[in-house]
Formats: sequence, structure tokens, C-alpha cells
Amino acid sequence: MGLSSQHLMTMDDVTAEDVTLILDTAESFAEVNQRRIKKLPTLRGRTIVNLFFEPSTRTRMSFEIASKRLSADGVNFTASSSATVKGETLRDTAKTLAAMACDMVIVRHRYAGAPQMLAEVMDCPIVNGGDGVHQHPTQALLDLFTMRQSFGKLEGLRVGIVGDVCHSRVAGSLVPALNKMGATPVIIGPPTLMPVRPDVLGAEVAYDLDAVLPTLDVVYLLRVQFERAARMPFPSNREYAMLYGMDTARLGALPSHAVVMHPGPMNRGVEISADVADSSRSVVLDQVESGVAVRMAIMYLMLGGADSGAAA
Amino acid sequence: MALLLKGGRVVDAAAELDAVLDVLLVEGVIAGVGEELESAGAEVIDCAEKVILPGLADIHVHLREPGQEYKETIASGTRAAAHGGFTAVACMPNTKPICDSGSQVRFIVERAATAGAVRVYPIGAVTAGQSGEQLAEIGDMVAEGAVAFSDDGHGVQSAGMTRVAMDYIRRFDAPLIVHCEDESLAGDGVVNEGVVSTRMGLPGIPAAAEETMVARDIAIAELTGCRLHLAHLSTSRSVELVREAKARGLAVTCEVTPHHLFLDEDDLVTYDSNLKMNPPLRTAADREALVEGLLDGTVDCIATDHAPHAVHEKELEFELAPNGTTGLETALSLVNTHLVATGVLDWVAVTRLMCHGPRAAANLPEMRLEAGFPGDITIVDPEARVEVTPEWFESKSRNSAFLGKSLLGRASDVLVGGEWVVRKSKVVM
Repeated sequence: MGLSSQHLMTMDDVTAEDVTLILDTAESFAEVNQRRIKKLPTLRGRTIVNLFFEPSTRTRMSFEIASKRLSADGVNFTASSSATVKGETLRDTAKTLAAMACDMVIVRHRYAGAPQMLAEVMDCPIVNGGDGVHQHPTQALLDLFTMRQSFGKLEGLRVGIVGDVCHSRVAGSLVPALNKMGATPVIIGPPTLMPVRPDVLGAEVAYDLDAVLPTLDVVYLLRVQFERAARMPFPSNREYAMLYGMDTARLGALPSHAVVMHPGPMNRGVEISADVADSSRSVVLDQVESGVAVRMAIMYLMLGGADSGAAA
Repeated sequence: MALLLKGGRVVDAAAELDAVLDVLLVEGVIAGVGEELESAGAEVIDCAEKVILPGLADIHVHLREPGQEYKETIASGTRAAAHGGFTAVACMPNTKPICDSGSQVRFIVERAATAGAVRVYPIGAVTAGQSGEQLAEIGDMVAEGAVAFSDDGHGVQSAGMTRVAMDYIRRFDAPLIVHCEDESLAGDGVVNEGVVSTRMGLPGIPAAAEETMVARDIAIAELTGCRLHLAHLSTSRSVELVREAKARGLAVTCEVTPHHLFLDEDDLVTYDSNLKMNPPLRTAADREALVEGLLDGTVDCIATDHAPHAVHEKELEFELAPNGTTGLETALSLVNTHLVATGVLDWVAVTRLMCHGPRAAANLPEMRLEAGFPGDITIVDPEARVEVTPEWFESKSRNSAFLGKSLLGRASDVLVGGEWVVRKSKVVM
């Protein structure tokens, strides 16, 4: 039993059944992660390359820990230590890796479509660790895992994704992921941070956070990516926090069961106040914890681990 | 020497011809067009089932020489032109260095005279170095043979500078050819802003980036009385603006490219950088509006924006790859496949859009199938199959947005000044 697609480049690569399988598999790995000895022999002898062309701490470490816990040989390739500074093209890097017979590549890249480019020249499974402002499917899957942990289900949840949606590859994957699982994504923010065609993503749009808060099961806050915007998309951080910042007053306006999520890194004082970030309603650290288990599940399922033995 | 083209369907909007006739050429010049022409000693070429057109012209071509000869040269680019059925091209000035002086124009004219398979007409830069800041030596370039002026690829952003350029160019009776793009709206965009930019996570270029410039430049053309030619229009509203300007009697002409006519953003399903061009592929509705513009006379010509790039340049991440597709060698086949064979346009209209319209818009010499005109003739085999594979191209580059397509019709024979440049579908220069 595996996944329906060889690669995980966008959320289009997985069906709702695939998602459920990934989340169920991740449950058992989450249990392993609670043990004193957190290592399984499942992927012994397999080589997983972390190909990171953008700086990343949490995502790269999460993948690295996931591969180590499955006994795979993880190799890190980061832009600063790579041939790219010598002017090698992505295609040549991919061919070089292919020649070294690696079994899986995790790629993070500044530009959309980089995973597809690798898949054109490599035979092994490609996992998108974030491409440009396009998609970040493993983040969406770990977010679904965290939501399912919090609510026991995904169907029917109403998830407000707040902030810099147009520059967010997290939203790019989370919106279709929620739709796939029968939840309702609502994207919320100033029009300057909304995608041009939210209907294409399949999201409801709201500009007034306060009007929507009482209807939400999850508030998912995004970091404003000033570095990607050509012009300041709002007058000041102060006004942004006033209109869209999650603070204790807004926490009070949420239904009592609702949780607060954030993919990190957080800008405390801008999209999220320190009180909220550290409150019991915040599941931000659960997201990080889920990340390892979900990535283990993805590696396991995509490398045919299910054929070579039980998960745990 | 004499040449008798026997029994082809001779079509020419300007000469008001569409009939099976013979064309007689003597000493490189058309000596007569008529029924059952006789000429003792003439080589007779059987043109049954062929369509004979006055030499087609592509007024938007990047020949890359000097400076980027690894992409294309005047020799290879004009061979590509001949292969595609064109007997004349006008080449854009964004070479390295930029063609912004009389000596640069002279270089192209002289090189084309020795190495060119077809006639080459240089377009000079409007501003020095295409900087958008200071007029280039336009008078000197006119003296050396430049036919029109353009900062193609990087339009003049300042309205004030555009006004100065149009005012200055006016006295030379040359057109200003504009690449309409407000760069502050286009930003880092690489595809049409809308459905596809959202789905693919790529930065978009809104239609308004083009339309605001089209409206602006039409207004400045009206202010100055300068001839204005709008390059590669891609949106429905741009065509509408030109329609309105023409209705008011302004000296405004425009072109559309085969890729904007026959492809749209929905063709972008992978990150294939051969489909990256500027302006970007727009929506299906825009594409239909461009075709409508062809039919009602709003659009004066089809021009390819032939933009060769090396494989290693195009095989990059979509956002890093350079803009452009080659076009010279597929244009005529595409027009036949999608417009003529389907009954949307007839061959008379093709001569208007690919010969007379472009020649008039860019100040190229008129070409007619009439006694006294040079023997610049395109002979089309409308039934021939063309498989667009990398091997098809005479161009040095293969970055065609139409790779893999199977097309109908091609130029089987091409004459320039009565000399064969393509014979039996092979370039013979």
C-alpha cells in the first residue's frame, strides 16, 4: 500500500485517501517519537538528499530528523556549500544527484516549479519542501495532522488563514489540502495581501478578521514576508496589528474550542502577540512535533517502506 | 534569365488577385502575371496545387548579431526567415551593443548584404542604449537605412521622454514601435496575472500593465502626430483601444504574434520556459479578441517576435529563464493550420496581414505580384505536413513554444529578387 503519485510536489499529487493514509501512518510514528529510543530500521540503506537552496532551519531539521529516525542515510546539500555558487544549473545538479543514485530528494527552492524540474531529470521520488510562493505540501499535511489531533476530524472545520496569503506557499498548499478533506478555508487579510484569484485556490475571502473570528475553528496566522513584497503592502506594522494581529482580545472572540496555529517563524507583536503565542490555545509547538512524524510517514510511504515491513 | 511559375493560385490583396495564373520573372523582376503566359527559354516551375504570394515580411525579429551570435546570427536568422516563407525581416535593436547609432545600422545592412538569405531592415533604438533617457542619433540611423525606431523589450517608461521621441521622429516619417509595458505594474511578473499565476505560484503581469501604456502612447501619438506602431498586443482591451484610435483617424498600427493568437495561459501546465514570453500568454478570451482584430482590420499584421535563446539559457527555473520564443519558422504553418485551413481567413487576408500590412507599418518597400515589382515571392504548399521538432529549425535556437506540434502547410519555395532562397522546401542559400 503506497501513495497514488510517485512525487509530492503539490497537493494535487495526493488524493483524500492518500492524505488519510499519511496521517494514519504518522500517528504510529508519533508514538515512536515518544519512546526513549526513537529509531526504526525501516529505511536502512536508503539515501535521502535534503536539497535546500533557501535558508531553512526548522523544515530542513525536521526532514533530517525524520530520515534519521527511519535509519535512512540523510545527506544535506545547501546552496552555500553547493555547486550552485559556481554557476551550476539546477538541471545539472539534479543530473549529478541522479548519477549518485539517491533514493529521494527533498527540495526547497526560491522559485516555483523547481521540484517539477528535478522530476524531469530524476527517477526517484521528489518531495517539495517549499518552492517559491507556490506550495509547501508537507507543511500542509503536518497542519492537517495537528488539526485532526485537536478536533478528531477534519471534515467541517472552518479554518481562517490570516495575513500574507499571496506570498505564502504554506497557504498555497493548505487551502487545497483543507478543501480536499472537506474543511473550509477562509483567507483573511488586506486586499494587498490576497491572491489575485482566490477562487482558483478554492478559498472564501474576508477582509474583516473580527467579523469572521466567531465562526472559526482554527485561526492560522501567516508571517508577513516583507522580503517578497515589492512595496509595503500596508501603512505600518502598527496598523496591521490593529486590523489583523491576533491578541488576547481577539482570542476571546473565538469560539472556546478554537485553536491558534502558525507555521513559524513568528513575528511576535505583528501577526501574533506574545500572550497568544504562548497561550494554551496555541498549538504551534504541536505543529512542529507533528512535522517529524508526518515527514517520516511521507518518506516511509513514498519509499515503499510498507512493502518491507510494519511501520512500528 | 527568365523563370515561369506555372499554374499556381496567385493571391495578392494589393494587386487584387486570387486566381490560377502564371507569374513570369525576367532578370529578377516580375515581368508579367496572367493566364497561360509563354516565354521562350524560361525555366518553367510547375506550381499546381501551390499558392503564390508576394514575399512575406516579419517586422519583429531578434537576429542577435552583433553580440549574441551563440543564439542567432544574421546568417542563421535570415535562413530561418526564408525557411518560414519570409523574404524580408525588420530586426530589433536590442543587440550587444544596442543598435543606436548610424554605424551600428550600417554594420547590420552590410552584414545582411553578404550573409543574409533574405532582405534585412534594421530598426534603430529610440534612446541611446535603450536607456529611456536620451534620444539616440535617429537622423544618422535613418541615413544608414533604419526603417523604424523602438526600445523593444524595455519600453520608454517616461511619458515625457516618449513625447520628445515622437516629436523628433515625426519629421523622418518613420514609425515609433512601442513595447507596451508599465514596468511598475509588471514588477517581477513572468506569466499573465490571474488563474495561472495563482495556480502555479508565479508572479503575474496584469493586463493593465500593457493597456495603460497602449492608452498612453496613443494619446501621445495624437498629441505629436507621430506614426505609432504597437508591438505584440496581447489583451482584448489593447485591441479595443487601437480600434477606437483608428476610428478617430490616428496613424496607429499594431501587430499580434502567432503565440498570442494560437496559445493562451491554459497551455502553461508545466513550467516549460519555452512558453515564457513578454507580454505573457493571456486568457482564451484575449486570444479570441486578437483573432477578431485580425478579421475586422484593427490588427494590421502578424509579426513573430522571433526571440532565439540558447538551450542552456532556457533550461532554467521558469522565473530565471529569458523571455521569448522563436517564431519565423512556424508562423506561416500556424496561420494556415489555425486560420486558413479552418476557413477563418483566406489567402487574400494572409497577404494583407503578412505582407502588405507589416511592410506599410514598418516602412518596408511595397511588394506586389505585378509587373515591375522585384521577384520577392513566397510559394506555399498548403497540404504539406510540418512536424515541429528540434530538427525542423534553421535557426540556431530551438526555443519554440510550438515544439511537438503537427502543423499543416509550409513555404515550399521562396524567391528573393528572383533568386531561389528556398527550393523544394530546402534552404538553398
